Amino acid sequence: MALDNTDVEKIAHLARLQIKQPDIDEVTSRISNILTMIDQMQSIDTSAVTPMAHPFDATQRLRPDQVTETNQRDRLQQIAPATENGLYLVPKVIE
Amino acid sequence: MLSKTVAELSAALDRKDVSSVELTQAYLDRIEKLNPDLNAYITVCKEQALKQAAEADKQRAAGNSTPFTGIPIAHKDIFCTRDVLTTCGSRMLHNFVSPYDASVVERLQQAGAVTLGKTNMDEFAMGSSNETSYYGPVRNPWDSSRVPGGSSGGSAAAVAADLCAIATGTDTGGSIRQPASFCGITGLKPTYGRVSRFGMIAFASSLDQAGPLSKSAEDAALMMNAIAGLDSRDSTSLDHPAEDFTAHLQQSLKGLRIGLPRDHFTADLNPAVQTILQDAIKVLESLGASVTEVDLPHNHLSVPAYYVVAPAEASANLSRYDGVRFGHRAENPVNLEDLYKRSRSEGFGDEVKRRIMVGTYALSAGYYDAYYKKAQKIRRLIKQDFDEAFKSVDVILGPTSPHTAFKLGEKNADPVTMYLEDIYTIAVNLAGIPGMSLPAGMLQGLPIGMQLVGPAFSEARLLNVAHQFQLNTDWHQRRPEVK
Repeated sequence: MALDNTDVEKIAHLARLQIKQPDIDEVTSRISNILTMIDQMQSIDTSAVTPMAHPFDATQRLRPDQVTETNQRDRLQQIAPATENGLYLVPKVIE
Repeated sequence: MLSKTVAELSAALDRKDVSSVELTQAYLDRIEKLNPDLNAYITVCKEQALKQAAEADKQRAAGNSTPFTGIPIAHKDIFCTRDVLTTCGSRMLHNFVSPYDASVVERLQQAGAVTLGKTNMDEFAMGSSNETSYYGPVRNPWDSSRVPGGSSGGSAAAVAADLCAIATGTDTGGSIRQPASFCGITGLKPTYGRVSRFGMIAFASSLDQAGPLSKSAEDAALMMNAIAGLDSRDSTSLDHPAEDFTAHLQQSLKGLRIGLPRDHFTADLNPAVQTILQDAIKVLESLGASVTEVDLPHNHLSVPAYYVVAPAEASANLSRYDGVRFGHRAENPVNLEDLYKRSRSEGFGDEVKRRIMVGTYALSAGYYDAYYKKAQKIRRLIKQDFDEAFKSVDVILGPTSPHTAFKLGEKNADPVTMYLEDIYTIAVNLAGIPGMSLPAGMLQGLPIGMQLVGPAFSEARLLNVAHQFQLNTDWHQRRPEVK
Protein backbone atom coordinates (compact mmCIF):
# COMPACT_ATOMS: atom_id res chain seq x y z
CA MET A 1 0.00 0.00 0.00
CA ALA A 2 1.36 3.41 -0.95
CA LEU A 3 1.24 6.25 1.55
CA ASP A 4 1.48 9.97 0.84
CA ASN A 5 3.36 12.58 2.84
CA THR A 6 0.26 13.57 4.83
CA ASP A 7 -0.27 9.95 5.97
CA VAL A 8 3.35 9.72 7.05
CA GLU A 9 3.16 13.00 8.97
CA LYS A 10 0.09 11.71 10.77
CA ILE A 11 1.82 8.42 11.66
CA ALA A 12 4.89 10.35 12.85
CA HIS A 13 2.68 12.45 15.11
CA LEU A 14 1.02 9.31 16.57
CA ALA A 15 4.51 7.96 17.31
CA ARG A 16 5.60 11.36 18.71
CA LEU A 17 8.30 11.74 16.09
CA GLN A 18 9.21 14.73 13.95
CA ILE A 19 10.26 14.45 10.32
CA LYS A 20 12.25 17.32 8.86
CA GLN A 21 10.59 18.77 5.77
CA PRO A 22 13.49 18.03 3.38
CA ASP A 23 13.40 14.32 4.43
CA ILE A 24 9.68 13.68 4.11
CA ASP A 25 9.65 12.43 0.50
CA GLU A 26 12.37 9.88 1.18
CA VAL A 27 10.76 8.69 4.42
CA THR A 28 7.42 8.26 2.65
CA SER A 29 8.97 6.32 -0.22
CA ARG A 30 10.93 3.99 2.07
CA ILE A 31 7.97 3.25 4.31
CA SER A 32 5.81 2.63 1.23
CA ASN A 33 8.39 0.13 -0.06
CA ILE A 34 8.30 -1.69 3.26
CA LEU A 35 4.49 -1.83 3.20
CA THR A 36 4.57 -3.17 -0.37
CA MET A 37 6.87 -5.99 0.79
CA ILE A 38 4.57 -6.64 3.77
CA ASP A 39 1.56 -6.88 1.44
CA GLN A 40 2.86 -10.24 0.18
CA MET A 41 1.06 -11.56 3.27
CA GLN A 42 -2.23 -10.97 1.47
CA SER A 43 -1.28 -13.55 -1.19
CA ILE A 44 -2.72 -16.39 0.90
CA ASP A 45 -6.11 -16.96 2.47
CA THR A 46 -5.83 -17.30 6.24
CA SER A 47 -9.50 -17.04 7.18
CA ALA A 48 -9.47 -20.52 8.81
CA VAL A 49 -6.20 -19.99 10.73
CA THR A 50 -6.15 -19.10 14.44
CA PRO A 51 -3.71 -16.24 15.16
CA MET A 52 -0.65 -17.32 17.14
CA ALA A 53 0.13 -14.96 20.01
CA HIS A 54 2.78 -17.18 21.58
CA PRO A 55 4.87 -19.98 20.02
CA PHE A 56 3.76 -22.50 22.67
CA ASP A 57 0.34 -20.94 23.28
CA ALA A 58 1.50 -20.24 26.83
CA THR A 59 -0.57 -18.05 29.11
CA GLN A 60 0.64 -15.46 31.56
CA ARG A 61 1.98 -16.87 34.82
CA LEU A 62 0.35 -15.40 37.93
CA ARG A 63 1.94 -14.73 41.31
CA PRO A 64 0.50 -13.84 44.70
CA ASP A 65 -0.43 -10.17 44.88
CA GLN A 66 2.28 -9.20 47.33
CA VAL A 67 4.72 -6.33 47.36
CA THR A 68 8.15 -7.75 46.55
CA GLU A 69 10.01 -4.67 45.32
CA THR A 70 11.70 -2.29 47.71
CA ASN A 71 11.46 1.46 47.18
CA GLN A 72 14.46 2.55 45.11
CA ARG A 73 13.13 5.91 44.00
CA ASP A 74 16.22 7.95 44.82
CA ARG A 75 18.50 5.45 43.14
CA LEU A 76 16.34 5.23 40.01
CA GLN A 77 15.97 9.00 39.77
CA GLN A 78 19.74 9.54 39.72
CA ILE A 79 19.64 8.95 35.97
CA ALA A 80 16.61 11.15 35.31
CA PRO A 81 17.17 14.35 33.31
CA ALA A 82 15.26 16.57 35.79
CA THR A 83 13.64 15.83 39.17
CA GLU A 84 12.51 17.79 42.22
CA ASN A 85 11.36 16.38 45.58
CA GLY A 86 11.14 12.90 44.08
CA LEU A 87 9.05 14.02 41.10
CA TYR A 88 10.01 14.03 37.43
CA LEU A 89 9.98 17.52 35.94
CA VAL A 90 8.37 18.23 32.57
CA PRO A 91 7.38 21.51 30.85
CA LYS A 92 4.20 23.12 32.16
CA VAL A 93 1.14 21.10 31.05
CA ILE A 94 -1.72 23.24 32.44
CA GLU A 95 -1.64 26.99 31.80
CA MET B 1 46.30 -18.30 24.67
CA LEU B 2 43.66 -15.69 23.73
CA SER B 3 42.32 -17.81 20.86
CA LYS B 4 41.48 -20.70 23.18
CA THR B 5 37.95 -21.82 24.00
CA VAL B 6 36.27 -21.36 27.38
CA ALA B 7 36.72 -25.09 28.03
CA GLU B 8 40.47 -24.85 27.32
CA LEU B 9 40.94 -21.63 29.31
CA SER B 10 39.06 -23.10 32.24
CA ALA B 11 41.42 -26.09 32.25
CA ALA B 12 44.43 -23.75 31.99
CA LEU B 13 43.17 -21.74 34.98
CA ASP B 14 42.70 -24.97 36.93
CA ARG B 15 46.25 -26.08 36.15
CA LYS B 16 47.46 -22.58 37.15
CA ASP B 17 49.14 -22.18 33.74
CA VAL B 18 47.74 -18.68 33.88
CA SER B 19 45.74 -16.59 36.36
CA SER B 20 42.49 -14.84 35.54
CA VAL B 21 44.17 -11.49 36.25
CA GLU B 22 46.89 -12.27 33.67
CA LEU B 23 44.33 -13.51 31.17
CA THR B 24 42.07 -10.50 31.69
CA GLN B 25 45.01 -8.11 31.33
CA ALA B 26 46.05 -9.84 28.09
CA TYR B 27 42.56 -9.43 26.60
CA LEU B 28 42.43 -5.78 27.77
CA ASP B 29 45.78 -5.13 26.07
CA ARG B 30 44.54 -6.70 22.84
CA ILE B 31 41.31 -4.68 23.02
CA GLU B 32 43.32 -1.48 23.51
CA LYS B 33 45.39 -2.32 20.45
CA LEU B 34 42.69 -3.57 18.05
CA ASN B 35 39.43 -1.98 19.12
CA PRO B 36 40.16 1.49 17.68
CA ASP B 37 39.95 -0.12 14.21
CA LEU B 38 37.38 -2.90 14.78
CA ASN B 39 35.03 -0.82 17.00
CA ALA B 40 33.67 -4.04 18.51
CA TYR B 41 33.35 -2.55 22.01
CA ILE B 42 31.39 0.54 22.96
CA THR B 43 32.52 0.40 26.61
CA VAL B 44 35.52 -1.38 28.14
CA CYS B 45 35.27 -2.07 31.90
CA LYS B 46 38.97 -2.21 32.71
CA GLU B 47 39.04 -1.67 36.47
CA GLN B 48 35.91 -3.69 37.19
CA ALA B 49 37.24 -6.56 35.06
CA LEU B 50 40.57 -6.72 36.88
CA LYS B 51 38.76 -6.64 40.23
CA GLN B 52 36.43 -9.47 39.17
CA ALA B 53 39.47 -11.43 37.89
CA ALA B 54 41.30 -11.09 41.22
CA GLU B 55 38.19 -12.33 43.03
CA ALA B 56 37.85 -15.22 40.56
CA ASP B 57 41.46 -16.25 41.18
CA LYS B 58 40.70 -16.42 44.92
CA GLN B 59 37.57 -18.51 44.28
CA ARG B 60 39.42 -20.95 42.04
CA ALA B 61 42.23 -21.29 44.59
CA ALA B 62 39.59 -22.04 47.23
CA GLY B 63 38.06 -24.72 45.03
CA ASN B 64 34.80 -22.83 44.40
CA SER B 65 34.86 -22.82 40.66
CA THR B 66 32.49 -23.20 37.72
CA PRO B 67 33.68 -23.46 34.09
CA PHE B 68 33.27 -19.65 33.93
CA THR B 69 35.23 -18.67 37.03
CA GLY B 70 37.77 -16.12 35.82
CA ILE B 71 36.80 -16.39 32.11
CA PRO B 72 36.83 -12.96 30.39
CA ILE B 73 33.59 -12.43 28.47
CA ALA B 74 31.73 -9.59 26.73
CA HIS B 75 28.08 -8.58 26.82
CA LYS B 76 26.12 -7.14 23.94
CA ASP B 77 25.25 -3.56 24.93
CA ILE B 78 21.55 -4.51 24.99
CA PHE B 79 22.00 -6.15 28.42
CA CYS B 80 21.65 -3.86 31.41
CA THR B 81 24.80 -3.83 33.55
CA ARG B 82 24.63 -2.19 36.95
CA ASP B 83 26.66 1.03 37.20
CA VAL B 84 27.98 0.54 33.66
CA LEU B 85 26.90 2.51 30.57
CA THR B 86 24.25 0.57 28.59
CA THR B 87 23.54 2.27 25.24
CA CYS B 88 21.76 -0.35 23.09
CA GLY B 89 23.70 1.24 20.20
CA SER B 90 21.54 4.35 20.44
CA ARG B 91 22.05 8.04 21.07
CA MET B 92 18.83 7.78 23.09
CA LEU B 93 20.74 5.90 25.81
CA HIS B 94 24.12 7.67 25.46
CA ASN B 95 23.89 8.60 29.16
CA PHE B 96 22.08 5.53 30.54
CA VAL B 97 24.05 4.01 33.41
CA SER B 98 21.86 1.08 34.34
CA PRO B 99 20.68 0.86 37.96
CA TYR B 100 20.43 -2.95 37.75
CA ASP B 101 21.82 -6.08 36.07
CA ALA B 102 20.03 -8.19 33.46
CA SER B 103 19.39 -11.79 34.58
CA VAL B 104 21.84 -13.07 31.97
CA VAL B 105 24.53 -10.72 33.31
CA GLU B 106 23.75 -11.65 36.91
CA ARG B 107 23.89 -15.39 36.22
CA LEU B 108 27.23 -15.19 34.41
CA GLN B 109 28.62 -13.03 37.20
CA GLN B 110 27.44 -15.57 39.76
CA ALA B 111 29.22 -18.22 37.70
CA GLY B 112 32.40 -16.17 38.18
CA ALA B 113 32.79 -14.69 34.68
CA VAL B 114 34.81 -11.49 34.21
CA THR B 115 33.05 -8.78 32.18
CA LEU B 116 35.53 -7.12 29.81
CA GLY B 117 32.99 -4.71 28.38
CA LYS B 118 29.91 -4.00 26.31
CA THR B 119 29.85 -4.73 22.60
CA ASN B 120 28.64 -2.61 19.70
CA MET B 121 25.37 -3.44 17.96
CA ASP B 122 22.78 -2.15 15.53
CA GLU B 123 20.66 0.51 17.25
CA PHE B 124 18.06 -1.26 19.43
CA ALA B 125 19.10 -4.46 17.60
CA MET B 126 17.45 -3.23 14.39
CA GLY B 127 19.78 -4.13 11.57
CA SER B 128 21.72 -6.91 9.85
CA SER B 129 25.08 -5.19 9.39
CA ASN B 130 25.87 -3.24 12.58
CA GLU B 131 25.76 -0.06 10.48
CA THR B 132 22.78 1.47 12.31
CA SER B 133 24.80 1.88 15.54
CA TYR B 134 25.10 5.47 16.78
CA TYR B 135 28.65 4.52 17.84
CA GLY B 136 29.82 3.75 14.29
CA PRO B 137 29.98 0.49 12.35
CA VAL B 138 31.96 -2.55 13.51
CA ARG B 139 34.48 -3.91 11.01
CA ASN B 140 34.68 -7.57 10.13
CA PRO B 141 37.98 -8.99 11.48
CA TRP B 142 38.37 -11.07 8.28
CA ASP B 143 38.21 -8.00 6.04
CA SER B 144 37.93 -4.50 7.47
CA SER B 145 36.04 -3.22 4.41
CA ARG B 146 33.19 -5.60 5.25
CA VAL B 147 30.42 -5.70 7.84
CA PRO B 148 30.45 -8.23 10.72
CA GLY B 149 26.69 -8.82 10.33
CA GLY B 150 24.13 -7.71 12.86
CA SER B 151 22.68 -6.93 15.13
CA SER B 152 25.14 -8.69 17.49
CA GLY B 153 28.02 -7.56 15.24
CA GLY B 154 30.29 -6.33 18.04
CA SER B 155 29.97 -9.59 19.99
CA ALA B 156 30.68 -11.67 16.86
CA ALA B 157 33.70 -9.55 15.86
CA ALA B 158 35.05 -9.58 19.43
CA VAL B 159 34.89 -13.40 19.62
CA ALA B 160 36.40 -13.85 16.13
CA ALA B 161 39.23 -11.37 16.78
CA ASP B 162 40.03 -12.89 20.21
CA LEU B 163 38.99 -9.76 22.08
CA CYS B 164 37.10 -12.02 24.54
CA ALA B 165 36.66 -15.74 25.15
CA ILE B 166 32.91 -15.77 24.51
CA ALA B 167 30.12 -13.20 24.28
CA THR B 168 26.40 -12.82 24.79
CA GLY B 169 24.06 -11.72 22.03
CA THR B 170 20.38 -11.49 21.25
CA ASP B 171 18.45 -12.78 18.26
CA THR B 172 15.07 -11.38 17.16
CA GLY B 173 15.28 -12.34 13.47
CA GLY B 174 18.81 -13.73 13.05
CA SER B 175 20.92 -11.32 15.10
CA ILE B 176 23.07 -14.04 16.69
CA ARG B 177 23.23 -16.49 13.77
CA GLN B 178 23.94 -14.12 10.86
CA PRO B 179 26.90 -12.31 12.51
CA ALA B 180 28.22 -15.70 13.71
CA SER B 181 28.12 -16.82 10.06
CA PHE B 182 29.84 -13.65 8.77
CA CYS B 183 32.59 -13.81 11.43
CA GLY B 184 33.27 -17.56 11.34
CA ILE B 185 32.12 -18.43 14.85
CA THR B 186 29.37 -20.46 16.55
CA GLY B 187 26.09 -18.85 17.65
CA LEU B 188 22.95 -20.26 19.26
CA LYS B 189 19.46 -18.79 19.47
CA PRO B 190 17.63 -20.82 22.11
CA THR B 191 13.94 -21.73 22.26
CA TYR B 192 11.81 -18.65 23.02
CA GLY B 193 11.45 -18.34 26.80
CA ARG B 194 14.43 -20.53 27.67
CA VAL B 195 16.69 -17.63 28.64
CA SER B 196 15.35 -14.74 30.71
CA ARG B 197 14.67 -11.43 28.97
CA PHE B 198 14.77 -9.51 32.26
CA GLY B 199 17.10 -6.54 31.83
CA MET B 200 17.53 -7.21 28.12
CA ILE B 201 16.37 -4.03 26.41
CA ALA B 202 13.18 -4.95 24.56
CA PHE B 203 12.86 -4.80 20.78
CA ALA B 204 10.12 -7.31 19.81
CA SER B 205 9.06 -9.08 22.99
CA SER B 206 7.46 -12.14 21.37
CA LEU B 207 10.62 -12.86 19.35
CA ASP B 208 13.65 -11.63 21.37
CA GLN B 209 15.89 -14.30 22.82
CA ALA B 210 19.41 -14.20 24.29
CA GLY B 211 22.15 -16.70 23.52
CA PRO B 212 25.89 -17.31 23.18
CA LEU B 213 28.38 -16.33 20.45
CA SER B 214 31.34 -18.64 20.93
CA LYS B 215 34.42 -20.31 19.49
CA SER B 216 32.89 -23.79 19.68
CA ALA B 217 29.64 -25.65 20.21
CA GLU B 218 31.02 -26.95 23.50
CA ASP B 219 31.46 -23.37 24.75
CA ALA B 220 27.92 -22.50 23.66
CA ALA B 221 26.68 -25.46 25.73
CA LEU B 222 28.67 -24.24 28.74
CA MET B 223 27.14 -20.78 28.46
CA MET B 224 23.64 -22.24 28.11
CA ASN B 225 24.21 -24.10 31.38
CA ALA B 226 24.96 -20.78 33.04
CA ILE B 227 22.16 -18.63 31.57
CA ALA B 228 19.13 -20.86 30.83
CA GLY B 229 16.26 -21.45 33.24
CA LEU B 230 13.11 -20.06 34.76
CA ASP B 231 13.21 -16.47 36.00
CA SER B 232 10.27 -15.06 37.93
CA ARG B 233 11.18 -11.57 36.73
CA ASP B 234 10.35 -12.45 33.10
CA SER B 235 6.70 -13.43 32.73
CA THR B 236 7.41 -15.23 29.43
CA SER B 237 10.26 -17.28 30.89
CA LEU B 238 9.40 -20.98 30.55
CA ASP B 239 9.24 -23.43 33.43
CA HIS B 240 11.12 -26.21 31.66
CA PRO B 241 13.21 -28.77 33.54
CA ALA B 242 16.88 -27.74 33.85
CA GLU B 243 19.29 -29.76 31.79
CA ASP B 244 23.03 -30.13 31.25
CA PHE B 245 23.55 -28.88 27.69
CA THR B 246 26.97 -30.57 27.55
CA ALA B 247 25.55 -34.00 28.45
CA HIS B 248 24.94 -35.15 24.85
CA LEU B 249 27.90 -33.54 23.09
CA GLN B 250 29.72 -36.87 22.71
CA GLN B 251 26.70 -38.79 21.44
CA SER B 252 27.10 -40.50 18.06
CA LEU B 253 25.21 -39.12 15.07
CA LYS B 254 24.22 -42.61 13.91
CA GLY B 255 20.58 -42.53 12.94
CA LEU B 256 20.37 -38.71 12.91
CA ARG B 257 17.80 -37.61 10.32
CA ILE B 258 18.66 -34.30 8.63
CA GLY B 259 16.12 -32.36 6.57
CA LEU B 260 17.15 -30.01 3.77
CA PRO B 261 14.48 -27.40 3.02
CA ARG B 262 13.82 -27.45 -0.73
CA ASP B 263 13.14 -23.71 -0.84
CA HIS B 264 16.52 -22.88 0.79
CA PHE B 265 18.55 -24.63 -1.92
CA THR B 266 17.37 -22.72 -4.97
CA ALA B 267 18.96 -20.42 -7.55
CA ASP B 268 18.78 -17.53 -5.03
CA LEU B 269 21.51 -19.17 -2.99
CA ASN B 270 25.09 -18.51 -4.11
CA PRO B 271 26.24 -21.77 -5.88
CA ALA B 272 29.58 -21.70 -4.04
CA VAL B 273 27.69 -21.62 -0.73
CA GLN B 274 25.63 -24.60 -1.91
CA THR B 275 28.84 -26.55 -2.66
CA ILE B 276 30.22 -25.76 0.81
CA LEU B 277 26.99 -26.93 2.45
CA GLN B 278 27.01 -30.14 0.36
CA ASP B 279 30.54 -30.85 1.65
CA ALA B 280 29.39 -30.25 5.23
CA ILE B 281 26.46 -32.61 4.71
CA LYS B 282 28.90 -35.29 3.47
CA VAL B 283 30.83 -34.98 6.74
CA LEU B 284 27.62 -35.50 8.74
CA GLU B 285 26.63 -38.44 6.52
CA SER B 286 30.02 -40.04 7.12
CA LEU B 287 29.22 -39.84 10.85
CA GLY B 288 26.01 -41.81 10.39
CA ALA B 289 23.41 -39.16 9.55
CA SER B 290 20.87 -39.58 6.75
CA VAL B 291 19.50 -36.77 4.61
CA THR B 292 16.07 -36.11 3.12
CA GLU B 293 14.36 -33.07 1.65
CA VAL B 294 11.65 -31.22 3.57
CA ASP B 295 9.21 -28.48 2.63
CA LEU B 296 8.67 -25.21 4.48
CA PRO B 297 5.95 -23.89 2.15
CA HIS B 298 5.33 -20.62 4.03
CA ASN B 299 8.96 -19.60 4.55
CA HIS B 300 8.69 -16.93 1.83
CA LEU B 301 6.08 -15.17 4.00
CA SER B 302 8.34 -15.04 7.04
CA VAL B 303 10.02 -11.72 6.18
CA PRO B 304 6.70 -9.91 5.45
CA ALA B 305 5.08 -11.29 8.66
CA TYR B 306 8.17 -10.42 10.69
CA TYR B 307 8.13 -6.82 9.45
CA VAL B 308 4.68 -6.43 10.94
CA VAL B 309 5.17 -8.28 14.24
CA ALA B 310 8.62 -6.85 15.06
CA PRO B 311 7.91 -3.17 14.24
CA ALA B 312 4.48 -3.33 15.94
CA GLU B 313 6.00 -4.66 19.15
CA ALA B 314 8.94 -2.25 18.82
CA SER B 315 6.63 0.76 18.46
CA ALA B 316 5.01 -0.19 21.78
CA ASN B 317 8.28 -1.05 23.55
CA LEU B 318 10.08 2.09 22.41
CA SER B 319 7.28 4.39 23.54
CA ARG B 320 8.99 4.38 26.95
CA TYR B 321 11.73 6.67 25.61
CA ASP B 322 10.07 10.00 26.27
CA GLY B 323 12.86 12.22 27.58
CA VAL B 324 11.32 12.26 31.07
CA ARG B 325 12.63 9.43 33.24
CA PHE B 326 15.96 8.47 31.67
CA GLY B 327 17.88 8.70 28.42
CA HIS B 328 18.19 11.57 25.99
CA ARG B 329 16.20 14.75 26.62
CA ALA B 330 15.94 17.62 24.14
CA GLU B 331 17.03 21.04 25.37
CA ASN B 332 14.60 23.85 26.16
CA PRO B 333 11.31 22.16 25.25
CA VAL B 334 8.46 24.64 24.78
CA ASN B 335 5.80 22.15 25.91
CA LEU B 336 5.35 18.46 26.71
CA GLU B 337 4.67 17.43 23.10
CA ASP B 338 7.78 19.27 21.95
CA LEU B 339 9.76 17.47 24.68
CA TYR B 340 8.53 14.06 23.50
CA LYS B 341 8.92 14.73 19.79
CA ARG B 342 12.34 16.33 19.85
CA SER B 343 13.80 13.95 22.46
CA ARG B 344 12.68 10.97 20.37
CA SER B 345 13.63 12.46 16.99
CA GLU B 346 17.11 13.42 18.20
CA GLY B 347 17.59 10.21 20.19
CA PHE B 348 16.59 7.64 17.57
CA GLY B 349 18.35 6.95 14.26
CA ASP B 350 16.59 6.64 10.89
CA GLU B 351 16.09 2.86 10.88
CA VAL B 352 14.59 2.87 14.38
CA LYS B 353 12.23 5.72 13.48
CA ARG B 354 11.20 3.91 10.31
CA ARG B 355 10.32 0.74 12.20
CA ILE B 356 8.45 2.66 14.91
CA MET B 357 6.36 4.31 12.18
CA VAL B 358 5.67 1.02 10.34
CA GLY B 359 4.58 -0.49 13.66
CA THR B 360 2.47 2.52 14.61
CA TYR B 361 0.74 2.32 11.23
CA ALA B 362 0.14 -1.44 11.51
CA LEU B 363 -1.43 -1.00 14.95
CA SER B 364 -3.47 2.10 14.13
CA ALA B 365 -7.27 2.04 14.14
CA GLY B 366 -8.73 0.06 11.24
CA TYR B 367 -5.49 -1.70 10.22
CA TYR B 368 -5.05 -4.22 13.03
CA ASP B 369 -6.77 -7.12 11.25
CA ALA B 370 -5.02 -6.55 7.93
CA TYR B 371 -1.57 -6.38 9.52
CA TYR B 372 -0.91 -7.66 13.05
CA LYS B 373 -3.62 -10.31 13.10
CA LYS B 374 -2.76 -11.48 9.59
CA ALA B 375 0.91 -11.74 10.59
CA GLN B 376 -0.01 -13.79 13.67
CA LYS B 377 -1.94 -16.18 11.45
CA ILE B 378 1.06 -16.56 9.17
CA ARG B 379 3.18 -17.20 12.27
CA ARG B 380 1.00 -20.20 13.00
CA LEU B 381 1.35 -21.51 9.42
CA ILE B 382 5.13 -21.16 9.68
CA LYS B 383 5.13 -22.98 13.03
CA GLN B 384 2.98 -25.75 11.53
CA ASP B 385 5.43 -26.14 8.62
CA PHE B 386 8.20 -26.84 11.13
CA ASP B 387 6.00 -29.19 13.21
CA GLU B 388 5.24 -31.15 10.05
CA ALA B 389 8.90 -31.31 8.98
CA PHE B 390 10.01 -32.48 12.44
CA LYS B 391 7.73 -35.50 12.14
CA SER B 392 10.23 -36.99 9.70
CA VAL B 393 13.56 -35.35 10.60
CA ASP B 394 15.48 -34.46 13.80
CA VAL B 395 17.17 -31.31 12.56
CA ILE B 396 16.88 -29.03 9.55
CA LEU B 397 20.11 -27.92 7.88
CA GLY B 398 20.58 -25.01 5.50
CA PRO B 399 22.47 -21.80 4.93
CA THR B 400 22.50 -19.10 7.63
CA SER B 401 22.87 -16.32 5.07
CA PRO B 402 22.67 -16.27 1.25
CA HIS B 403 26.34 -15.16 1.00
CA THR B 404 29.50 -14.12 2.85
CA ALA B 405 29.89 -10.77 4.66
CA PHE B 406 29.10 -7.86 2.36
CA LYS B 407 30.89 -4.50 2.06
CA LEU B 408 30.14 -1.60 4.37
CA GLY B 409 27.53 0.60 2.70
CA GLU B 410 26.66 -2.02 0.06
CA LYS B 411 23.08 -2.64 1.16
CA ASN B 412 22.09 0.70 2.64
CA ALA B 413 20.22 2.13 -0.36
CA ASP B 414 16.92 0.44 0.41
CA PRO B 415 15.78 -1.01 3.77
CA VAL B 416 13.92 -3.89 2.10
CA THR B 417 17.16 -5.18 0.51
CA MET B 418 18.67 -5.34 4.01
CA TYR B 419 15.56 -7.04 5.43
CA LEU B 420 15.84 -9.88 2.90
CA GLU B 421 19.28 -10.71 4.34
CA ASP B 422 17.46 -12.64 7.07
CA ILE B 423 15.40 -14.84 4.74
CA TYR B 424 16.77 -18.11 6.24
CA THR B 425 16.75 -17.10 9.90
CA ILE B 426 13.53 -15.17 10.57
CA ALA B 427 11.06 -18.10 10.41
CA VAL B 428 12.88 -19.71 13.36
CA ASN B 429 12.08 -16.71 15.59
CA LEU B 430 8.45 -16.59 14.43
CA ALA B 431 8.10 -20.29 15.35
CA GLY B 432 9.92 -19.82 18.68
CA ILE B 433 12.25 -22.78 18.06
CA PRO B 434 16.03 -22.99 18.52
CA GLY B 435 18.53 -22.41 15.73
CA MET B 436 22.28 -22.17 15.52
CA SER B 437 24.98 -21.19 13.06
CA LEU B 438 28.39 -22.81 12.87
CA PRO B 439 31.33 -22.37 10.50
CA ALA B 440 31.03 -24.75 7.51
CA GLY B 441 33.67 -23.48 5.11
CA MET B 442 35.48 -20.54 3.57
CA LEU B 443 34.80 -18.66 0.36
CA GLN B 444 37.43 -16.23 -0.97
CA GLY B 445 38.91 -15.82 2.48
CA LEU B 446 35.57 -15.25 4.19
CA PRO B 447 33.69 -17.64 6.49
CA ILE B 448 30.40 -19.32 5.58
CA GLY B 449 27.98 -20.50 8.22
CA MET B 450 25.51 -23.35 8.17
CA GLN B 451 22.30 -23.22 10.12
CA LEU B 452 20.88 -26.06 12.20
CA VAL B 453 17.28 -25.79 13.38
CA GLY B 454 15.45 -28.15 15.73
CA PRO B 455 12.11 -28.50 17.50
CA ALA B 456 11.44 -26.60 20.74
CA PHE B 457 13.88 -27.51 23.54
CA SER B 458 16.24 -29.42 21.21
CA GLU B 459 19.27 -27.19 21.98
CA ALA B 460 21.23 -30.12 23.42
CA ARG B 461 20.67 -32.12 20.21
CA LEU B 462 21.72 -29.18 17.99
CA LEU B 463 24.84 -28.70 20.12
CA ASN B 464 25.57 -32.43 19.84
CA VAL B 465 25.40 -32.29 16.03
CA ALA B 466 27.52 -29.13 15.95
CA HIS B 467 30.12 -30.58 18.35
CA GLN B 468 30.46 -33.80 16.36
CA PHE B 469 30.87 -31.74 13.18
CA GLN B 470 33.54 -29.64 14.90
CA LEU B 471 35.42 -32.74 16.07
CA ASN B 472 35.70 -33.74 12.40
CA THR B 473 36.38 -30.36 10.77
CA ASP B 474 38.56 -27.38 11.65
CA TRP B 475 36.52 -24.50 10.17
CA HIS B 476 35.67 -23.25 13.66
CA GLN B 477 39.37 -23.04 14.51
CA ARG B 478 40.25 -20.72 11.62
CA ARG B 479 41.08 -17.24 12.88
CA PRO B 480 41.49 -14.00 10.95
CA GLU B 481 44.85 -12.26 11.02
CA VAL B 482 43.99 -8.97 12.61
CA LYS B 483 46.65 -6.29 12.47
